[in-house]
Parts: sequence; structure tokens; C-alpha cells
Amino acid sequence: MNKWLPWIVTGVFGLWALSGLRPPRPATDFDSIGFGRLPTVLNGRLQPLDSVARNSLLLLCGKQSVGLGRGARMPAIDWLLEVAMKPEVADGRAAFKIDHPELRGLLDLAPDGSLYVGFDAIRSRVEEIETQARRASAVPVENRSSFEKAVVRLSSGVSLYHRLKNSFRPEDTEDFAAVVAAYERSLGPGLAAWRLRQENRPFSQEDLDRLSKALQGFDVLSSLAYPLLIPPRDLQTGREPWSNLGTSLIEAIHAGEIHPAVRFYAAMASAYRLGKAEEFNRALADYRGWLAGPFALEVRKASREFIYNAWRPFVVSLALYLLAFLAGCASWFGWFQVLNRTAIKLLAVGFLVHTAGIVFRMALEGRPPVTNLYSSAVFVGWGAVLLGLIIERLNRDSIGVVMAAALGLLTQIVAHNLSLGGDTMEMLRAVLDSNFWLTTHVITITLGYSAMFVAGFLGIVYVVRRAFTGTFTEAIGRRLARMVYGVICFATLFSFVGTVVGGIWADQSWGRFWGWDPKENGALLVVLWCAIILHARGGGLVRERGLINLAIFGNVVTSFSWFGVNMLGVGLHSYGFMDQAFVWLMVFVVSQLLFIGLAFSSGPSGARCRR
Amino acid sequence: MMRFFSSIRLTLVCLACAMVLVFAGTLAQVELGLYAAQAKYFRSVLVFWTIPGTSVGVPVLPGGYLVGGVLLINLICAHVQRFGLSRDKLGLLMIHAGLILLLLGQLATDLLSTESTMRLSEGESMSYSEDARHCELAILDTSASDHDLVVAIPETRLARHKQIRHPGLPFEVRVIEYWPNSTHRPIEPGQGTARATQGAGQRVQFVSATPETRMDRRNIPAAYVELVASGGSLGVWAVSLWIGAGQEFQHEGKNYEIALRPARHYRPFALKLLRFSHDKYMGTDIPSNFSSDVHLSNARTGESRDVRIYMNNPLRYGGETFYQSGYDQQDPRVTILQVVRNPGWLTPYFSCVLVGAGLVVQFLSHLVSFVKRRNA
Repeated sequence: MNKWLPWIVTGVFGLWALSGLRPPRPATDFDSIGFGRLPTVLNGRLQPLDSVARNSLLLLCGKQSVGLGRGARMPAIDWLLEVAMKPEVADGRAAFKIDHPELRGLLDLAPDGSLYVGFDAIRSRVEEIETQARRASAVPVENRSSFEKAVVRLSSGVSLYHRLKNSFRPEDTEDFAAVVAAYERSLGPGLAAWRLRQENRPFSQEDLDRLSKALQGFDVLSSLAYPLLIPPRDLQTGREPWSNLGTSLIEAIHAGEIHPAVRFYAAMASAYRLGKAEEFNRALADYRGWLAGPFALEVRKASREFIYNAWRPFVVSLALYLLAFLAGCASWFGWFQVLNRTAIKLLAVGFLVHTAGIVFRMALEGRPPVTNLYSSAVFVGWGAVLLGLIIERLNRDSIGVVMAAALGLLTQIVAHNLSLGGDTMEMLRAVLDSNFWLTTHVITITLGYSAMFVAGFLGIVYVVRRAFTGTFTEAIGRRLARMVYGVICFATLFSFVGTVVGGIWADQSWGRFWGWDPKENGALLVVLWCAIILHARGGGLVRERGLINLAIFGNVVTSFSWFGVNMLGVGLHSYGFMDQAFVWLMVFVVSQLLFIGLAFSSGPSGARCRR
Repeated sequence: MMRFFSSIRLTLVCLACAMVLVFAGTLAQVELGLYAAQAKYFRSVLVFWTIPGTSVGVPVLPGGYLVGGVLLINLICAHVQRFGLSRDKLGLLMIHAGLILLLLGQLATDLLSTESTMRLSEGESMSYSEDARHCELAILDTSASDHDLVVAIPETRLARHKQIRHPGLPFEVRVIEYWPNSTHRPIEPGQGTARATQGAGQRVQFVSATPETRMDRRNIPAAYVELVASGGSLGVWAVSLWIGAGQEFQHEGKNYEIALRPARHYRPFALKLLRFSHDKYMGTDIPSNFSSDVHLSNARTGESRDVRIYMNNPLRYGGETFYQSGYDQQDPRVTILQVVRNPGWLTPYFSCVLVGAGLVVQFLSHLVSFVKRRNA
């Protein structure tokens, strides 16, 4: 039994991890899944409608689904369908998160009511929100109070919501397919009348009026519609540009006919609104069939991203790391063999899912693994877990596993919170658009961060085990210190090379190897700290405990370099200070200082205090 | 003495100072801006703190030059005194040699490199670049039809000297007033008289302004100068970057122009902008790519060829490097190139390889001995 238990546990969770790859089933008769897979363009990149729905919802309420009460949740794509086609129903869904007390007061929301409210609850106050937001927008970002920030965010959320309502059809039409059909009918006669008028010949005023009236409605649609739904008309001129519904309808004047995609979307809108699931699914299937030939590439890419969205590999790996962490910690107190092996296997499965997620992202973006702060958090965790697995392989004492699982867990939590800001696959600005330098510089520097955190967390394992458990022996202490030293060496190499290569990139792009820019300085601090640790140990100025403490302080240095410098512009200066991330960074820093303090207390094992 | 300079404690003190310095210098950027913080913390021997309410400066930290210099001496002394040349110290030697190279290279960059910009419109040809920080007072003799004679007086001289003579000029330049940064206001009729008696300055009054410290803003200097010939004063001119064009005047039958303009760096070749493209991602304002197609012609060497300069792909020519740096928000046909002359630009490359290899050698030797001990 003891032999098989780790395998059984791992097998069960492995299957669970893979089950996320199964395509989900639509929640209603309407094929929302097929709808979510449709390709569209937003923020300069091709993506499925599912991503539009999820990222919009993230901006509104920081979640990827809408709560329906009593634990039930509605997937983002079903919510988007409602917003687009049945806004009067969607207005009741609790899609807005309003948690700032003063803002809640302004909107007459009960102080102890739910943080999530529907548009209905704030509809009467929209004008007030606009007024307050206009005033707050005039204040420079770094000087805004938390209320001003909240009201600006809410106002942009309201405008996003309004745009989504007007992305698939004008909000106030009942049967959009009929409107489009009428427009199509008026197009020929209207254009003919216009041409006659240009030539100063008799024309039908009625035909012309009908056309211009239709066009007026589309003008609003063109300025509001959010995602670019309609693919290019002529593939000869390239795969760009996509256009939104309103623009495409207006452009029909030049083409003389309506884009087929518009007709499909209009049919879907009418069918959904009138509750005809079969018709909706048929129009959807027809559109997918129409896309399949010329836009097979786009359909495939959007489908892949849809699967990635549904799987959420980093959330899966987060859960696995948590289990591995618990199993690893428990192994120090008993059943070492079983629990240690279970922990290693769970960590390995988590690592595989983590790796698969990174590879998936790379394939979707066509980029190296690290392109922004979010992906750097994912990658720092990945590097740390890999190092932890290697350390565990060398020592087999659960230390590597616990450290790796803790870091994997923490970095995934950080990444998850960073992802709440919206699209994590945004396009790169021109300067950064260089896969070669992204690969060499960003990956080395990020692995340097990983190693710094690994060393620091090994230090924490040392301190905590020594202070709180009876499981600490001098041999374990020596081994941990040796590991910490080895990992610091690794960190030095990667941080130094990464920093210098970053300088070389800067030299290549604007001729300045070093500009004392905050991000560069952050990287330099890590390198300097590594140098201090190595010289202090090499010169015999610190011994085991000192080395451990220096390594733990390395966590502080690294987290400042990684995140602190990004907050410089925001915080520190005036009030800004209280930005959530900044609070968490400070919590982390204080916790590290406490660990260092703990190292100076003598543990239950009565280990002699050494310098 | 040697023991002090070669001690590892000194190394640690220097590294610790460097950390504090970098940290403080980074935070200070919020308040001072990048350029001023750099000058105060990194390009200095000592960092001074001004006691609030007074103008008394107290040195609180060693500056970048001091820390870097002591570290350099420390490194060299340590190698001479303690390490010598032995095989097991090879890694250390490589690392430290690489660091010395990096430090010296950066010092050279700091002292010798120059940066300027070239602003080219499509179809325009240019053989000079303009300094982004410094200006010059240019006096042009435009009498000849095929060339101009230019006398350019650097801004630093305007700041230091009251009277400037030059063999190319038949008059003396007297600097009445010079401000590194300035603002201006129009003179309403009947409200005071202009300090300038000639040229465009008769309608505006320039006044001193506090110098800018932020990286993205530049100082706009202004000066009042009087030109005095042997026969007496020709008048007082206001010159400033605020005044775009040169101001014309005549003297002894010759035509002159006077202007305060960004200092120009001339070179023996010309760049002509053929085409500038500026792409954005679909449906957004995020730039995805810039590129400038330029034609390079050098009369001296007979070179004449087309070059494409784009992000991360500069043109290296004649000891200088031309980077795609920006674009004009108003005019889509204008490219902005950054021109850098930096004789030390290669040092980081060598240093990176040297230190990286040194670290690998050093840690591998640790690892080998560790594994040997483990297996023993």
C-alpha cells in the first residue's frame, strides 16, 4: 500500500489536471461555446470572443465569470452573449465590483451589501459617475486619491459595458437581421439616387433618405463597437485590417454589398433575442463554415486560445503546488517515505502543467516565455520549481519540494493577481519587439530572480525548522547552508549576465549601455547583493547563520528589483503609497525581516548561536 | 596601506555603499528626475545633503566616482597582494578583470561619449546632428552666394565670458545676460521697453526660469548680446531657442545672421531620408515598428548607398551609431534619429563574456570539489 499510495494520489490529480482540456459544454441550448471560439481582433491581436468576454469581465469585476447567487456562476461568454443581445437581462447581473466605501456611498449602495452589483443598481447614478470621473481624470495619476482612482475605474468600466452592448447590434433594435436586410434593400436604390443627384439629374429623395437614415444609426455603432468582428473583405490585400460591425456596414456603400459576416452576426443577434436556439446555432454553424475556408488560420488560432482559457493551466498548477507543499511539510513529522514521494510526484505533475501552460502561451503569442510582468511571475515560479526539483533529487529530504512548492504557489498567486488587470497577452511596443533580446536578456535575468528566491526560501526553511520544529539537526543546517551557497552562485551568474545583456540590448536600441534607469538599478542591486554574499562568505566574515540571513534578505532585494521599481512612479512620491500591490510588497518585506529576526533567537533544539 | 586597500572588508564596505547609493539614487529620481539624480549620486565624488532651511551641504554618502574608484583600486591591490597568478584562481582573475574592464569602459563612456539627434523630414538631406542639451550662439556671414561662414560660440562660453572676440568676426560679442532656461512674454504697446534694440527681441521680453531636471523636458536658454564694432555698438539682440530662425542684419556691406541654436556636430557625409514608416497594431495606437530608409553619401570616399535603420538595428558608420529613436507626433514624415559617438561601446561585450566565463569556471571548480567530497 505504501508503495502505491503516491502513485494513486498522483494519478487522480493528474487526471484532474488533464480533464480541464476537455471542451466544455454550453450552459444553455444556445451554442455559446462555438460562439466563444469565433475569431475577432482586439488590442491589436487576434483572439477568440471568449477572451474578449473574460478580459472585459476582469476589468469590470476582477473575475472570469459572473456570480448568480447561491454559488452558481455564469461563464464569461454566456454573460457577453446576454450583454450583447439581451442587455435588459444582463443589466441585472452582478458584473460590477464596487468596493470603495466612499464610492458606494456616492452610489447609494448599502455599506454591508454585496460588493458585486448589476448595472441596474447604478443606472440612475451614471451621470454622477461621469461628472466625478471627469474631475478625477484631470488630476495626474500619481496624485489621485483612492476614491478618484476607483471612480475613474468605474467610469471606464461603465463605458466598456456600454460599448459591449453596442458591439453586435445597436442596443435599441429588436430584430437586427431585419434592419440589416432593410439596409441591404435600400443600398442599391439609395446609391443610384445619390449618383443621379451628383449628376444633377432627377432622383428619388425617398430612396436617398432611407439610406441616409440607416447610415446614421450605423455611425453610432461604428464609434461604439468594441471588438473588430468583421474579417477583411479581400484576402488579396492581406489578412488585415479587421473592422467593427458599424464600420463594416458603412463601408458597404463602397463595396455595394454587405459583408457576409455581418449578415451571420445579425442573424445570431436576432435569433438569440427572440429565444430561437436552433436558428442561433444554425447561423453560428453557417458562419463557422464560411470562415473555415479563407480564415482557417484565424479560426485555428482562436480555437487554441479558447482551449487555453478554459484549461487555466496556471490555476491548476497552483492547486497542485498547494497539495505538494502540505504533503512535503507533513513528511517531516512522520511517514516520511510515503509523504515525501507523494509530494515530489505532485510537484512534478504541477511542474508539467506549469510548463505546458508556458509552452501553450508561447505558441499562442509566438514569443519567448517572458513578455510582461505577469509572464515574468509565471516564469520566476517555473525556474524556482525546476531548481527545487533538482535540489530534492540531490538530497531527498523534502526541503527542495517544500521550498519549490511554496515559491510556485506564491508566484502563481502573484501572477493570478496581476492577470486581473485584463489581457495578459497584449502586444509589445516597438522597442521591445525583438525575440532575440527578449529571449537572452529577459530569460537570464528572470532565472536569476528564481535562484535568488530559491536561496532565500531555503533560508526560510532553515530558520523555521530550527525555531519551531524539533526536526532540525546540525547536519541539516550544514546541508542547507551549502545548498544556499550553491544557489547563490547560480543566481550571481544569471543576474550578472542578464543585467549586462540588458545593457547591451539598450546599447543596440538607443546607444546607451547604462542609463541608471530604475529597472536597471534594480537589476544592479541584485548583482551587488550577490557579490556581497559571496565576498562575505569567501572572506570568512559570515558563517552558516550569517549566510542564511543574507540569503533571506536577498528576497527583499529581489522583490524590490522585480516589483518595487515598477511602483516608483506610482507611490512614494505623494500619497499613492496605498496601492494594493505596494502594501503586499511591504508585507513581504516585513515578513522577511521577521524571519531574519527569528534566526537570532535560539531554537527549541537549543542550537548554539553562531554568527 | 597596501593591506588596507587590498582587504576584503574594504570590498564589502564599497559594495554596501554601492547598494545604498544605487537605492537612494533610484528613489531620488522620483523627486529630481533622471538626469539630476544621476549627476548627484552617480557622477559625483560625494553626495551632499542640504540641511533644510539652509544652503549648507553635508556629505552623507560617497558618490559613484568615489565608490567605483576605491573598488577599482581595491580589486587591483587584492590581486597583486593576495591572489597572484595561480590556476585555481583563474576564475576569480577572469571575473575581476572583466569587472575592471567594465568599470573603466563606463568611465570612458561617461567622459568621452556624445549624444545628439538628427531630425529629418522625407526628402531632406543633412550632414549634421543637433545636440540635445547644449546650444551655441551662431553668427553667420551669408554674403557669399555659394557658402556661409559660421562662427559658433558654445553655450558654456556665453555663461562664463562677458566679452568674446573671434578673428572671423569684425565685431566683439558682449554678453549682457545669459540664462540656461528662460520664459518669455510679449511686450504690450506702451508697457515698458524691450532690452533688445535690434531684431525679433524688440517685441518680447525674456526672463530667467529655473532649469529643468526632468529627462523629457529641455532647457530653453536665452541671452541678450551686444555686438560692438570699432566704430561703436551695432545694437543689442535677444537670442533664444524660442526664436526659431536666425535674425538678419548688415554690417560694413556684408549680410549676417545671428541665432542661438542647438549645437551642431558636422560630419563629412550626409544622410538623406527617403522614406519613414511608422506602423501600429491593428485598431490601436500602439506602435509596432518604425523604420527609416536613408541614403548615405560620402563625397570623400565616394560611398553612396541606401540603408534601413529600424528598432534594434542601428547604422554604425564613421565611429558613430545612428539609432531609430522616435517620430514626430504632428508630422508622420519626420523621423528622429539618435546619434551616439562612444569609443568605449565594445567594452561591455568583452566584459560580459569574460565575467560570465569566469563565474562558470569558478563555480564549476566549486562544484567539482563538492561532488568529490560527497563521493569520498
